[in-house]
Amino acid sequence: MNAPVDRISSAGSDASLDRPLVVVNLSRRRFLQGMSALGGLVLAVGYPSAARAQAKKYGADGMPNGWVDSPLAFVSIAEDGTVTIVCHRSEMGQGVRTGMPMIVADELEADWKRVRVAQAPGDEKKFGNQDTDGSRSTRHFFEPMRHCGAAARTMLEAAAAERWKVPVSEVEAKNHEVVHRPTGRRAGYGSLAKAAAGQPVPARETLRLKDPKQFRYIGKGQLKLVDGRDIATGKAQYGIDTRLDGMLYAVVARPPVYGGKVASFDPAEALKVPGVQRVVQIEDSPPPAHFNPVGGVAVLARNTWAAMQGRKALKITWDDGPNASYDSSAFKTSLEESARKPGKVVRNDGDFDAAVAKAARRLDAEYYVPHLAHATMEPPAATVRIANGKCEVWGGFQSPQATRDLVAKRLGMSADDVTVHVTLLGGGFGRKSKPDYAIEAAVLSKAVDGKPVKVTWTREDDLHNSYYHTVSVEHLEAGVDAQGKPVAWLHRSVAPTIISTFNPAAKNEAPFELGMGVINVPFAIPNVRIENPEAVAHTRIGWFRSVSNIPHAFAVQSFVAELAAAAGRDPKDFLLEVIGPARQVSPETLGDTWNHGESPERYPVDTGRLRRVVETAARQAGWGRKLPKGHGLGIAGHYSFVSYIAAVVEAAVDDKGQLTIPRVDIAVDCGATVNPDRVRSQMEGACVMGVGAATLGEISFKSGRVEQDNFHAYEVTRMSGAPREIRVHIIPGDYSKPMGGVGEPGVPPIPPALCNAIFAATGKRIRRLPIRDQLKV
Amino acid sequence: MIPLDINGKRQTVDLPGETPLLWTLRDELGLTGTKFGCGMALCGACTVHVDGQAVRSCITPISAVANKKVVTIEAVGADAVGKALQAAWVDTGVPQCGYCQAGQIMSAAALLKRKPKPSDVEIDEAMSGNICRCGTYTRIRAAIKQAAVQQGGTR
Repeated sequence: MNAPVDRISSAGSDASLDRPLVVVNLSRRRFLQGMSALGGLVLAVGYPSAARAQAKKYGADGMPNGWVDSPLAFVSIAEDGTVTIVCHRSEMGQGVRTGMPMIVADELEADWKRVRVAQAPGDEKKFGNQDTDGSRSTRHFFEPMRHCGAAARTMLEAAAAERWKVPVSEVEAKNHEVVHRPTGRRAGYGSLAKAAAGQPVPARETLRLKDPKQFRYIGKGQLKLVDGRDIATGKAQYGIDTRLDGMLYAVVARPPVYGGKVASFDPAEALKVPGVQRVVQIEDSPPPAHFNPVGGVAVLARNTWAAMQGRKALKITWDDGPNASYDSSAFKTSLEESARKPGKVVRNDGDFDAAVAKAARRLDAEYYVPHLAHATMEPPAATVRIANGKCEVWGGFQSPQATRDLVAKRLGMSADDVTVHVTLLGGGFGRKSKPDYAIEAAVLSKAVDGKPVKVTWTREDDLHNSYYHTVSVEHLEAGVDAQGKPVAWLHRSVAPTIISTFNPAAKNEAPFELGMGVINVPFAIPNVRIENPEAVAHTRIGWFRSVSNIPHAFAVQSFVAELAAAAGRDPKDFLLEVIGPARQVSPETLGDTWNHGESPERYPVDTGRLRRVVETAARQAGWGRKLPKGHGLGIAGHYSFVSYIAAVVEAAVDDKGQLTIPRVDIAVDCGATVNPDRVRSQMEGACVMGVGAATLGEISFKSGRVEQDNFHAYEVTRMSGAPREIRVHIIPGDYSKPMGGVGEPGVPPIPPALCNAIFAATGKRIRRLPIRDQLKV
Repeated sequence: MIPLDINGKRQTVDLPGETPLLWTLRDELGLTGTKFGCGMALCGACTVHVDGQAVRSCITPISAVANKKVVTIEAVGADAVGKALQAAWVDTGVPQCGYCQAGQIMSAAALLKRKPKPSDVEIDEAMSGNICRCGTYTRIRAAIKQAAVQQGGTR
């Protein structure tokens, strides 16, 4: 149903046209569908022609299988009054299992204490799109979930009116019961459940939605997390916790180099390890990676430990393939060389060359951000059982329907015969959008006659065979006038594209990557040229929380601060001046055809909102306040996932170069909020992840292999390195206006704000992440 | 056969003595609240108490805990400190994905039993072996302090 028109099928024939490819409204799953339709060679691409633009769908409409707002799919009421609300999006820490049902419960006038939350299996025809990515659950499903609640409420009211034989206009649902206003007669939801279920589902247009002033849960933030108690008591179930009768525990030895494969292996020693039951080869999948397993040799045992010991005893000779020479240090040099030469022009306003020639001064800088791994605390894990022609899958998946489709495809089954049970995710951050680990479990279950098999990735597996955040060099040049104000801006961004994971020929950043803060920078600068030289990928590149916004915001917001310093100006005032006056800029005029999949009319780039978060963060942080010796404040503001976020970081660097972060102030304008406490917690978490990326995070390759094995080498922020205090300031929103994303956009401003703070504290400018020991004296 | 005392329940397991307590708990005894995160005592997700001390079960062989009292997240709430911490965790809204929180609570419980009134530095020292990739550290600190206050350990 609802096949979006921008899952274009004609791209193959258009491919010779020398026009920019447009990957519209990219979701992890749409991607695959576009791919499979085209034999895996061409992406879901289109061209910005007028005819297609007219038919283009945005937001939830543009996602595979769109949205569903029927209470029959999402709400059930038991005769004891228990209201069960289905959450169809995956919980990975963003609070969606609390937030989505809250919306339904509020419109339903349900008493939260009597609400239970059920997790939907992967079934987009029934529930609408389930790709939990792109920071879009709330903004895409706020309205549909309100409709579900309002429709169910209307059905309860109709049932009560019918029972009492009174006009429906005289009854009103309130706090889990329906009241007959003239007589004060009441009926609980439980007593009405059966009759209500027999009522027709009211038409969408007839629904009475609440006035936001009447919200009892939405926007209040008083409700505790649905899973909080289970988490605190160890009862919460993650994918890795799945246990089935007769289950075998598997670990897999995977090729250490992307594109490599098993040349030969000897299972004899592994099979001697106590507890080991089987050794099974998983067929390798040559690049492009898609979401396929990379192949290897699996050891199946009575427990995970025995499987791990068995794997150690395997003798495998690998054929490393063409990426065996991938070396991060050499690759950095090659990216720098590319960044210093002209590349594909992706935006061109005015005349950069002429303007820079006339400029009073010319400045340039280059920034480097390495590969990162998500390192979810729960490593990838999935369990599969096949019996009686049906396959069941358990695990934490950000894309349950893609998991279902791909497991079915790999097993040669119909997706109708595959059920994907979505557990809690012990972290996602984009890693668990790729269900390669579920396919591994499916292959192994099939190899042992359908017996349940759980595949667990170790931390080493997770770091060695991830879908990595890209690596990039960002080259910036500016021509400034006599006052130091930029009149010409050149940004060359060079980074292997995520598209390469699907199409190895892809060497340029896709529109969805360019639209993450490089092409759509809304600065008041008349001459802007954005270029994107080519880069070749040598590993699996994937989505990592906030994706290309990380390197782009780091470069752009650092460079603005560098220009401010060169001009001798206050960085906050200078940033506001570069953003320019409050105005609404169409993303299309910035060359951004993607706009996070949202309508350019509904979601213009609003520099007024960007200014406001910058001003708010500065004010709340006490910008300009007197600081102790060695402390400095840094600021950055960034627009991503159709939200506006600014951060002021206070950095402290002692005389040995030891960095601490006493405080961070974050101002967020994501429109109106459903669960402000979770908006805060997402900003807090994004801040810590941003600090980790800035200070510690680096995945590097040598001889094609990842050099980091575990958390001693791939360091992430711990309590001692985290900001001591994180203050989140939410700009009040209006429920009649479009909402923005929350899960990801908090990350990008943090690294530049931190590095700007370090500059303020020490005079040292960081252009290469991670900072690690660069401050050491 | 190795005799174990897990959450007050005595039982024996027929496993090689070098089998880590973590995998024995999770795969053999069905106590999945204790989590795997690194296998090298680097992340703290697997923290349990052995005779009241916080230990990383991923590197602790079962032979080393024979007949010792092992307490996991499933039973830490049986005493006042564990219960106060669990309540503070819920009340403060600490968890995001929640995966590391069992280990965090176990480390925090061992801390509060040792130091009912921990300072910020003491909290940092006790908790920095526990990684939270979601970045809930400021709330973890707040929840520990809240539980400490609730236990009469104000400072």
